[in-house]
Parts: sequence; C-alpha cells; structure tokens
Amino acid sequence: MNLKTQYMGIDLPHPLIAGASPLTDSVDNAKQLEDAGIAMICMPSLFEEQILRDQMQTHFAYEEPAESFAEALTYMPAPEDFRTGPEEYLQKIADIKDAVNVPVAASLNGYSPGGWLRFAKLIEEAGADALELNVYDLPTDPTISGQEIEQRTIKMVEQVCDKVDIPVTVKLSPFYASPAHLAQQLVGAGAEGLVIFNRFYQADIDTEELQAIPYAMLSTSSDLLLRLRWLAILSGQINASLAVTGGVHTSLDVVKSIMCGAHVTQLVSCLLQCGPSHVTNLLKEVTLWLEEHEYESLHQMQGSMNLQRCPDPSAYERANYMQVLQSWTMD
Amino acid sequence: MSHTDTSTLDANEAVAYVAHRTNEVVALYPITPSSPMGEFIDEWAMRGKTNLWGGIPRIEQMQSEGGAIGAAHGALQAGALTTTFTASQGLLLMIPNMYKIAGELTPFCMHVAARSLATHALSIFGDHSDVMACRGTGFAMLCSASVQEAHDMACIAQAATLESRVPFMHFFDGFRTSHEVAKIHMLSDAVLRQMMDDDLVAAHRARALTPDRPMLRGTAQNPDTFFQAREACNPYHLATPNIVQRLMVRFEELTGRQYHLFDYVGHPEAERVLILMGSGTQTADQTAQRMWERSGEKVGVLKIRLVRPFSIKDFVRILPATTEKIAVLDRTKDPGSVGEPLYLDVVSALREAQDQGILPFKNDPVVVGGRYGLSSKEFTPAMIHGIYEELKKDKPKNHFTIGIHDDLTNTSLAYDENFNVESDDIVKAVFFGLGADGTVGANKNSIKIIGESTNNYAQGYFVYDSKKSGAMTISHLRFGPRPIRSSYLITKADFVACHQFTFMEKTDVLDMAAPGATFLLNAPYSVDEIWDHLPREAQQQIIDKKLKCFVIDANSVAKATGMGSRINTVMQACFFALSGVLPRDEALEQIKNAIKKTYSKKGEEIVRRNFAAVDEAIVHMHEIPIPTEVTATESVHLSVSDSAPSFVKEVTALMMAGKGDQLPVSVFPPDGTWPLSTCQYEKRNIADTIPIWDPKVCIQCNKCALVCPHAAIRTKVSEETDLADAPDAYQTMDYKAKDFRGMKYTVQVAPEDCTGCGVCVMACPAKNKAEPKLKAINMQPQREHRDVERENYDFFLNLPEMDRAKVARLDVKGSQLLEPLFEYSGACAGCGETPYVKLMTQLFGDRQIIANATGCSSIYGGNLPTTPYCTNSDGRGPAWSNSLFEDNAEFGLGMRLAVDSHQAIATRLIKQLAPQLGEQLASDILEADQTIESGIDSQRERIVILKDKLKTMTTSEARHLEQLADYLVKKSVWILGGDGWAYDIGYGGLDHVLSTTHDVNILVMDTEVYSNTGGQASKATPLGAAAKFQAAGKEVHKKDLGLMAMSYNHAYVASIAMGAKDNHTVRVFREAESYPGPSIIIAYSHCIAHGYDMINGLDQQKRAVDAGIWPLYRYDPRLIEEGKPPLQLDSKPASIPVMDYMQNETRFRMVQKMDPARFDRLAKQAQKQTTQRVSMYQQLAQLTLSSKSNSQQN
Repeated sequence: MNLKTQYMGIDLPHPLIAGASPLTDSVDNAKQLEDAGIAMICMPSLFEEQILRDQMQTHFAYEEPAESFAEALTYMPAPEDFRTGPEEYLQKIADIKDAVNVPVAASLNGYSPGGWLRFAKLIEEAGADALELNVYDLPTDPTISGQEIEQRTIKMVEQVCDKVDIPVTVKLSPFYASPAHLAQQLVGAGAEGLVIFNRFYQADIDTEELQAIPYAMLSTSSDLLLRLRWLAILSGQINASLAVTGGVHTSLDVVKSIMCGAHVTQLVSCLLQCGPSHVTNLLKEVTLWLEEHEYESLHQMQGSMNLQRCPDPSAYERANYMQVLQSWTMD
Repeated sequence: MSHTDTSTLDANEAVAYVAHRTNEVVALYPITPSSPMGEFIDEWAMRGKTNLWGGIPRIEQMQSEGGAIGAAHGALQAGALTTTFTASQGLLLMIPNMYKIAGELTPFCMHVAARSLATHALSIFGDHSDVMACRGTGFAMLCSASVQEAHDMACIAQAATLESRVPFMHFFDGFRTSHEVAKIHMLSDAVLRQMMDDDLVAAHRARALTPDRPMLRGTAQNPDTFFQAREACNPYHLATPNIVQRLMVRFEELTGRQYHLFDYVGHPEAERVLILMGSGTQTADQTAQRMWERSGEKVGVLKIRLVRPFSIKDFVRILPATTEKIAVLDRTKDPGSVGEPLYLDVVSALREAQDQGILPFKNDPVVVGGRYGLSSKEFTPAMIHGIYEELKKDKPKNHFTIGIHDDLTNTSLAYDENFNVESDDIVKAVFFGLGADGTVGANKNSIKIIGESTNNYAQGYFVYDSKKSGAMTISHLRFGPRPIRSSYLITKADFVACHQFTFMEKTDVLDMAAPGATFLLNAPYSVDEIWDHLPREAQQQIIDKKLKCFVIDANSVAKATGMGSRINTVMQACFFALSGVLPRDEALEQIKNAIKKTYSKKGEEIVRRNFAAVDEAIVHMHEIPIPTEVTATESVHLSVSDSAPSFVKEVTALMMAGKGDQLPVSVFPPDGTWPLSTCQYEKRNIADTIPIWDPKVCIQCNKCALVCPHAAIRTKVSEETDLADAPDAYQTMDYKAKDFRGMKYTVQVAPEDCTGCGVCVMACPAKNKAEPKLKAINMQPQREHRDVERENYDFFLNLPEMDRAKVARLDVKGSQLLEPLFEYSGACAGCGETPYVKLMTQLFGDRQIIANATGCSSIYGGNLPTTPYCTNSDGRGPAWSNSLFEDNAEFGLGMRLAVDSHQAIATRLIKQLAPQLGEQLASDILEADQTIESGIDSQRERIVILKDKLKTMTTSEARHLEQLADYLVKKSVWILGGDGWAYDIGYGGLDHVLSTTHDVNILVMDTEVYSNTGGQASKATPLGAAAKFQAAGKEVHKKDLGLMAMSYNHAYVASIAMGAKDNHTVRVFREAESYPGPSIIIAYSHCIAHGYDMINGLDQQKRAVDAGIWPLYRYDPRLIEEGKPPLQLDSKPASIPVMDYMQNETRFRMVQKMDPARFDRLAKQAQKQTTQRVSMYQQLAQLTLSSKSNSQQN
C-alpha cells in the first residue's frame, strides 16, 4: 500500500510522526522510534520563558550576593563558557540528527515577538529539517483583546519565516474567535503547515493543601473529535500542510484524521503508553485497513471527509451541535 | 598614554596574572584577602590559558595552608615552578615549611596579601603583622606599595628567586592594595620572557628529586655538623640584594619603570625623613612632595622594598646627608620588644653603617619608631604631616602611634585632620550602596570604562560593612590625568551618590560632599516630594555647600525594566550623565558596550534589560530645586535608645554610626572581651516587607519562629492579666493546646530587625480558607507597619518569658516558646545556618559554652560592632569564643576539660564541706538529676542556698567552692563550625575529639562550600556541583563525615535538615546534648553560594532529603546497650530522583550548561552513589551491635 504523504514539502513514507514528548527528547529514544518505523520526529519545545528564566535566575543568583561582603566578593566560579541560552537544545538537535535518518523538526514555544526568535535560525543551523512554532498563549489580562493576540501571533510567524529557510509549521490552540481566518493569515505570513491542536496542561486543585497543581493527562481518542472537525473545516480552504495532534491512538484515529484532511498524524500519548513499538503496529493496521477498504493509496483518502468533499458538511457546522443535544435524552 | 598596554584591575588579579604566567604548579587554600589570586588562576587554567612555557598550571586546593605549603614544598623538590598565595594566620601555618624551603635554597615565590593576625580579635584587614612574623624563615621579602608595583614586583621576585635560589615572599597590603582597582601598565609576555631566564629554570629542574639522578634531602644532622651546614647558605643570602637590584635595572630597561631596593623621594636636602613600606609610602610620597612644593619644607620619604635580606649599604646610600630626624613607621605591633621590626632594622643598620664608616650624615640623626595603620586603619596625609611636625621637636616621641587617640598610655601623636594634599584635577566620587543592589559592581565597571577608554588614570576602593545582609558599601572612586597615589579614602567628594534612601535616615551621607558637589539620590519620591523627606542635616548641607542635587526612583526603573532590585545599571547611567567624566552620549554608549561585553554570553535578555535600564535612567532623573531654607524637622538617627547600657551608648553606638575611628584606646577592653546582647540596639530597618500575623488563620505551630534566621519573629504565651496595657494594635488569640489553656498566644515580628527574607511565610502551613494565597503570616510593606509593630514588639519583649521548667514537650512548638539567646545577627537574609544556632540557644543557651570555628558562624556570631548572642533576664547566656579556623574542636575540648576540672574540684569540696553545709544539701546537689529543665532549675536553687551557706563560712575551701559552685549546674559545651572547618582544615582535631569520651557537642553547619570566603569547594561539596576550584563540577562525592564518626561506635552522630523534618531537628539537638560523650550533628544548611533564592531554602532541604542526597539519621550508642540497632534512619526511601534536587540550584545547573554530557554523567553517578549510600544506611540500621559479641544481624 502506498502510504506516502508530504508534510510542509517534506516527503514522508507514511503519515505517522512522533509529536513532541519526552520520547523525542533524547538520541536513544529517537533511535528506537526510527527503528520502529516512525516517519518523522518532532522534538519538544525550546521555551521562551525557560530561556528567559534561566538567564535571569542565573544572573541574579550570581550577581545578587556579589560585591557585598569584604571576604566574599563572589560566591560562585565564573567560567566563561557557561551559557544560559539554547546551546544544550541546539546540541541535542545536532545529536539526534546525527543519530537518525528520518527528518527531525525542532520546536520553539513562545508568546511574544522578540529577540528570542533568533533561536529559530540557530535551530536551522543546528540541522533541524523543519520548525514547529508553538504559539501557546493563555491571555489572563482582560485588557488585551483577541485581535491583539492574533496580531502578535501573526507577527511572530512572519519574523520566524523571514529568518529561516526550513519550513515552519504553527501549532495552534482551538481558542480563537475565528481559527480558520487566523489560519489563513498565518499561512499568508509564511507558515507552510498548521498543527491542530495544542493540548494544554490543565491545573488541578489540591483541596487539602489549597494549591493549584499543573496536571498532565494523556489524551484519549475522544480528544480527536474536536480536531477532526477543524481539520475538515481547514482542509481544502487553507493552502498548507495539516498535522493533527491530540487523540491519535488507533489506526482508525489515523484514518479519520487523514480523511478529514491531515497530512500527518502526531503520535504522543499512545507512544508514551505503549512505547515506540506501537508505531509498527499502527502502521500495519492502517495498511490493513486501507487494503481491506480497497483504497489505492493514502493520498486517495486524504481530505475525503473535509468540509468541501464530505456528504453532509452541516455535521461540522452548527447544525451538528443542535442534533447532538436533541439526541441526548434523560432517562 | 596608550591604552594598549593598560588594564584596570586590582592587585590580586595583577599579581595572579604574573604568577600564572610564570608557574607550573599552584597549591593553595582560600584565606581573605588573598583568595581571589587563586581563584583567578583557577579560572584561567580552566579556560586553558597557558604559562610562558605553553603549559597550563596545575591547580590544587588543599585542606589548609599547612597542606598548601606542604604540597608546594613537594612540587618544588620535584622540580616544578611552584607558587602559593596566602595571608594572616594562613601564612603562619606555612612557617614550618618556609624554614625548610629556604634552608634547602629552593627557588619559590609566594604572594601574600598582608593581613592582621588574630590577637585580641580577628581582623580580615591589612597590616604587616603576618609577614613580619616570617622574618626568621630565610625568605627574601619584597614589598609592593600599589597595584602597579604589585604587578611588577611579582615579576621581579619570581626572576630573583630563580637566580638567587633564595625563596621570595612578595607581599602587599591586604585590601588597601589587594582590592584596590587601578589602571596599570601590563607586563607583556615578551617582557616576562626576558625576565625569566630559561637556564635558571633548567637549573631548578636539574635540582629536582628524581630516581634517574637520585639525591637525598631532609637529613637529620647532629651537633657536630648542623651549625656549619646551616652557615653554608650565607653566600646566597648575601648575593640576593645585588641580584634583585640587577633585575630591577633589567626591568627598567624593558618597561621604563624604575625601582630600587630602597627608593628615596622628597627634598634632596631633607632634614626630616620617614621610613616605611607598603601602600603607606604612596601617601607619604604624595604628602612629602606637596609639603616641599607648597612651603619648601625639607621632608622626604624612604620607601623600603626589599626588607629581607636587608642591604645596609643600599639603605644608607640613599638617605640625604642632611637628614636630622628619622621616623620609622611599622604597620605591625611587637608587644614587649625594644621596638617594631622596621625600627629595629633601621636602628641596627645605622649603627652598623656608622661602625663601617659609610654613614652619609653630617650629624647623627635622631631615630624614632611609630606604629600606624593596623587592620587597614586609615593612613592619611594629615597623619603623615603630623609625624613630620612631631619630628620638628627636639625630642620627638618614640614608639608613638598615629591615627588613633591613645589616652591610656599616651603613645599617639596629635595631628591636624584638615591637612589635605589632594589635587584639584582629580575627580573624586563617593557612592553609598547596598550590597545586594550592585553598586560596587557597577563602580568597578565604571572604573574600567574610564580607565580603558580615556587617557585618565582611575582608582577605586570599596569599603564593606561587617554584615552579610543589608550591608552598606561605600565606593571611593578617583579619576585623573596622572597615576593616582592616594592610598586613603576620599573625605571631600565632587560627586556623592546615595543609592538607598534609608541611608539618608541613619548616615550623614553628605558629610563627604565638597562645596559645589553634585549629589545623586535614589528615592521612592518624586522631584516635588523629595525635599520634604530629607533629614535636617542633609537639607542644611545641601544649602550650605550649594550642592546640585538630582533624584531618581531607581527601584521603580529597575523593576520596570526587569532588573528587580538591581539598580546598579540605572545609577551608573545617572553617574555618567552627571559627572562629566565622559561626554554623556559616549558614556552611555560605553556602558552599553560594557554590558554587552560582560553579559552577551550569559544571555541576550540580560543585555536587553540592562540596555533598557540605561535608557530609562536618563529619562527618569530630575534635578531637585533647592529651597533657601531648611524645612525638615527629622534628624539623622545616629543614637541608640536611652535604655541601652553605657558601653553601648559610648562605644557601640559610635561604631554603628561609622565613627569607630573616633573612639580612644581607653574605652576598649584590653583583652578583647566584649559584652553580649548588643544587636538589639542596631535596628537596621533593612527589610522592604515584613511578616504580619493574622491570628484568624494561625494554627499555633510555631514553625515561623523556628525557621527565622534572625529571631525576628517570635511567639509567646501570656497570662491575660499581663496584657492589660497592651497597645491597641497588639494581637493575641486563645492558646489552643492543653498545656497552657486559658492563656493568650501571640506571634510577633521584630519589624526593625527582620531582614524580609520571607522564609517564615514559606514555612507557615496555615492558609486562609477564603483566599488561600494568604497565610497566617503575610509579607507586608515594612514602612507601613514599622511604627505599629515597633510598639507591639516592645510590649511583647517586656512580657514575662516562658518558665522553661513548665514546657513539658520540647518539640518544635515547645522549643519556640523558649527565649532565643541569639538574635538579629548580620547573617545573610534567609541564612540556612542561623536557625540551628538560634534553636540551640533556646534549648541550652543559659548554660552553654561555645567554641566557634572561624567562618560564617564566627562572623555573624562575633563581628563587631554588635553581638547577637545575648543573655536572659537572669543574666545567663551562651559564653562564646572564636580561636582559629583549624583548632576549633580542640579549643572546645579544652573548654570541656576546664569545666570538668572545675566541676570535679567543686564536687570534692562539697564532699569535704558536707558536715558544715548539711549532708542533705550536699547529697542533693551531688545526686541531682539534671537531664530535664526542671532538674536544672532545682539545682540552680540548691546552688543559691549553697552560696548563702558558704558566705557564712570563713575557710579557704569555702571561698574556693563559692567561686566554683555554679559549675555544679550542668554546663553544655558546644563546638560550632562549617564544613570548611569540619571536613577540611579542622578535621584532624575533630577526629581526635570524637575519639575521646568527653562530653562535647559538635554542630557542623554544612553548606557544602566555604561560604565565608566566597564559595570555594570543600570536601563536603557534592558530586556534580560547581564551586570555586571545582568550577567544572566536582568529580568525587562528598566525604561521609557522619559515617566516619559512627565508626568510633561511642559517638552520637546525627544528620538533620530542618526544612525536611523540623521535629527531628529538635529531637536530635536534645539527644545529642543529653549524650554523655562526644556527639556530632551534621546540619544541612542552604546557602547563597548554592545559587537560588533563599526563600526556597527549606523546600530545597526537603528535596535533598526526598532525593536521598541528605538522609536523616541518628546514631545513638546508648541503644547498643539496649540491644537495639544504634543507627536509626529517620528519612523515608527516596521519593524523587536526585536530578530533581540538582536542577533547582545554579551550582549544579552551571555544570550542566557548561558541558551537558559531562553533567549527565555526574548526575547519573550522583544518583547511583546516593542510592548506594542510602542502601548502606538501611542495612546498617538493621545492625545490632551487642556488647557481648562483635555483631549480629537482626
């Protein structure tokens, strides 16, 4: 079965790629994923806040106690090659690239235009084949408008695309007033791909300690439904590659995603649960499914269920909401 | 002047530069003020910088100065070019080996930042008492007087030792020279290469001990030959002065800088001549020249450079023949001798020269000696002028002192303090800053900018106060067209900056402002408001001196630009904008260049924020319109409260106000004894925010009081009747537990003593249910609460203290109802050590004797002007002393032996006098149970009765017993120190004390680094952590001191971490103290040298325990007899990976950032080692040591 696909202009043998997770953060794991047959590896993000925090914390830790007491003008050694920038991350890109033959996408996570975007160029120089720009932005300031946030995001994408020659994909959240409009503008700003959608870590509440606790919960296939809808809406309307992330666990999840317009499916939770060998199984199952359903190729199926091509587009629109509510009856 | 060969740096760096280029092995040990020399070399070696011969010097930090010189001796014997750096008592520890090195005619140049020796008190500051103690070692002694000279003499000394084979001690004044930043001409490699003769290096190597050409040294000789053999070295010592002079000539040919063994400056026909060495010669030179120029006075200065070997012919040759009076000035004191060392040398030299007929004088001069500048005491032109005036007298005073007022033995000379010789073309600027605000760093940076980008010469000297938290720094900066020779502080400045507004309230900042000077003030007030907030003294001086004043709210600018409390860049920009040292735009550009140079590798964000701070500074600085009249009613607060003891009012208060120089000799105790309880009068008001109690939320756990490093938050239980006169704002709540039901409970902050560290709030477990971000104590602005809480705290302190005998449970809660006898120390905000010290005094302070090793704990424990150890209402409290760094365990053991001796005599006398005293009383005293507080209380009552009875008796035995009776109340001997002492320099003594059965309690406050001297690695530094001398991250795991102590089987050993298990900590202290033999507590102490915000110190302690890095345990030998395993592991199995602990601290993270792969390896090793160690402890905790058989498994 021909499972070939293309993501941001990169030819891939099939649509199963490893999304950012601890599994894509080391050379050993990357090798295992490649051995299991993964088509591409997306590394975890280099976080804007992390870089800034690292720099400032180290700066203050070194500088604040200094020059204050006659016996101890400093409290730590000051090696010249101590860097608080992205060097470690860049080295990891290079190491993983050296170790595997599959394409490797690196990722930048930030929320504001600024100097940190220069890391995009460094990431390219370190050998990444593509860049996933994760525009995680949780606006808590009521004075900032949705338009402002969107403009900020578009500007960031523009800046990054200007800086690098490798393809750039933007990982979006579902929480925009008009995701389709934004998607179009992002593509206009130079993005060659969109990743649908980011899953946020939610905060849980410790009722004994009265604390909000960051809580990471693995996805399930039910998380996919939201993404399928937006894949279907964007596919056919947006001139860019689409990747789906969040809820791809089974071969059927892969099939649905491709039908709705995804060019690739990012696997994360299922790999964390089942390990790299899950790729091999999924690949077999997807091939089998396509064969059983007598598809000629994956390409034939790609976007077949999007808004333009599906038999009942209203299912993706408001009518679908009303229908579901009406079918929900109290016993 | 060309900038190309110049650099702006301090003498430590200037000397280290030469030492690094000319040596192959460096063996060292940190000691102030010499430590930076070793640190520089270590840093350069780590960066791969090579010496002249292409090798990277091998650096080895040793366990003591004794170890460093031992290693140096070995390296020299094996043929390596070797050096070391040291000072003070560290140098004294080297003396035995120095005799050997000199006796073996070994080329060796060591560099000493000369420092006071600890006598009646320790002092880190500079004088010549340490180097002068080495006169007999056989070392040549070459002295430098400035940063430039230190750089140059380091080279000359190194070259001279190679040629002469006589080892050299090159020295310069600690702090005044070692820490003075100045623009100097650097020696190029080409010059150094030409000064170091390769043939002599080869000759040194050829003398190396090697099995290929075996030799034998270090023989034992006998009466028949020792004497003659000892004299065989004479030709070498005799030849040394000529060699040095020849090298000085060669040096001049290469650099243009001229030196001689002795240099004379001043009037060619001088009648009055001063002879001295070191930084004082700079000031003397400047003063003599000015006196000659101004009024033609026939005065001169002879500068001594080569003190040993002392060349009489070279000395007398340069003295003017017209010399009539000579004053020899020593920067040391030699009690009981005929005179100080230089004086004796000069007198002897003149006498010998006379005998040899080489004296140049027309008439025999009068020679007097004097002492000056001990412990970096200022030595000013006024003092030098005063000495010259004294020399005008027919019979000038001999053995005088200058710079102090000796009203006890009348040694001091009077002088005109207003005499001044400073040139008008020198710009003088003084900056008052807070340690943590970055003022000194910014000023060092400014000096570099000016020194390296203009033709100006620059000088910076920095005065730090004695506190580690909220410390005031005063920077003295001079800039001018000629090399600056003013080795003294500025008294009249053209520019004064006050970087913290609170200083205006307690310091007469403008006293230093010259008429017409510019004054820059950082204040939280607008330009319209600021005048009304200035104290009277400031307003008056601004008007009288016609000062131009500017204000900026630098804290707001720093905060807005993401710089937190670091106002350094903001204030630096303002200084350049106002001072006119450089054109404003150029200056700001230079600041930005410097920022980029310093921080670009550390992070773009740091550069960006600093740039923003520079730009915003200029926008927010405003000139203050000056009214014509003083309007303020408030004055600078310089005094202490009226209730203070007279000593505090007359002595301590002046020291606190920075006026200690004015105190005469007679007010001081002659033996260094100092009163306790004086920190309470300091009221430093350094906290921006302080904890304010909310009784509605409080659960009365007392954890806040336990963890407070400064005893600035306390709890009390009071009778309701005692609260009748409480201030309106004084808060109480019903005491909840059974033991004191019906009484009232209070948590009270000491608003003016709190440092605002916030550790108490972090420890508070109670949360406001409606708004969980609030706790039972919450940080609030100090200024808003100061007055109210001051009144509350005064009332709180006057409430009766808890009756110790009534506290039934001495756990965390119970212990914190006891009065702390250690309060408001100068330790760092959030210090990890002091909560242990405070707890110790709460439990045992009223019957405690403390031996304290030198280090952080001796500095916050006994660094004047004030003392944190204090007494209770009975006048009892910890008796405390610091001997040295290396001898503390032995020092404490000696205290125990004395107490035991007193106790034994008292016991014997009680028995002897029992018939007269009453058998019952005698037996009650001798058999008293003193294991609990009530027992001690009862024993004290018996001793009162005993003393009353003894008063009625007339025998000598009664008098003797009366004196010793108090020793019949149990005394608790404690030996305190840090890991540098316990693991390294003092380990031999500690080990010995543990091997005895004496009842001493040892508290090791383990910060895993030499905290006091600035973060050098100790054997307690953990695997993977970066520390000075282990900058790449330590390769081996820390020494398991506890396990080593357990191996004796008879010592109580415990490992504690207050942040992880506070009740365990309290329990361990009590068990250790109750153990009738040696006990050792190893206490995890977080430290600013770990590189994170100390507010998280307790959490990080918990992480250390949770990761297994710091297991909690108690090894109690008493359990052996009970058939139980003596080791009890009190922490649970590791619940988080070691990496989770490591990643929270910069000391580990920096290793990761430098070399991730290496760090990964070290972290894995740390995890493995931690797992193995915990596993071993788990197994040991199963082991029962039977007293009958060797061992058996449970």
